[in-house]
Amino acid sequence: MTYTQLAVGSVVAVVLIDLWILRTRMVTRAVFWTSYAIIFFFQLVTNGMFTGFGVVKYDGESIIGETSPAVGPPPFLGEGRIAYAPVEDLMFGFALILLTIALWVFWGRRGVQRTPVAGPPVWRRSPDEGIQV
Amino acid sequence: MGSVSFGQYSYVAILGFVLLGCLWLEVALRTRVFRRWRRLLLAIAPALVLFAIWDVYAIAQGHWWFDPELILGIHLPGELPLDEVLFFIAIPVASILTLEAVRSVKSHWRVGDEPLGEDGQ
Repeated sequence: MTYTQLAVGSVVAVVLIDLWILRTRMVTRAVFWTSYAIIFFFQLVTNGMFTGFGVVKYDGESIIGETSPAVGPPPFLGEGRIAYAPVEDLMFGFALILLTIALWVFWGRRGVQRTPVAGPPVWRRSPDEGIQV
Repeated sequence: MGSVSFGQYSYVAILGFVLLGCLWLEVALRTRVFRRWRRLLLAIAPALVLFAIWDVYAIAQGHWWFDPELILGIHLPGELPLDEVLFFIAIPVASILTLEAVRSVKSHWRVGDEPLGEDGQ
């Protein structure tokens, strides 16, 4: 199988695991998509560094885009790439992140270290108070 | 690219950037993820195994490869660079820290691990 096929398949598989195996339903929750929006920015930067600096290179036979050049960075945008990295990397990362978060919530729901719960931020005195400057 | 060279530490330096960007959440947003280290290990381990298998397959198939000058040079069975294993630890840690940081600020949002009856299910 190509990286493209595996990347798409992994996203579908992990969404199914989240909804029907672990039943964590992270993809239906605002807390997940808000977290992923933050992660997505850093994902682009991190993928961009790995690929732009040539730490990792890809075979054009396995991705939508072309084979990574032997010297110098690949295209920044276009030809199947976003911020130097193949779009497949975004799917790979999404699957890794969703699976990890779903497992974290799954174990919490099972009663494994549900506590101590997160928060409040240091700038708040207690979870139910407003922002204390 | 760039004039600063990290040589064989390039890959782990990028992971350092990721950790620099998220570890402060544990203190500033009191995410308490590392205090729940057993739960953290249980969340990371299955994904690490699955993605390491994928990685070994992809390396064997030639889907991707690494510049030997820019990684540590320590390989696990299946030609899997140690750097990649560290990636499968750093990224999940960053993801869980981010989730718990959002929960710290949005304490009324349901995450799904609340005691039964509080999840609206």
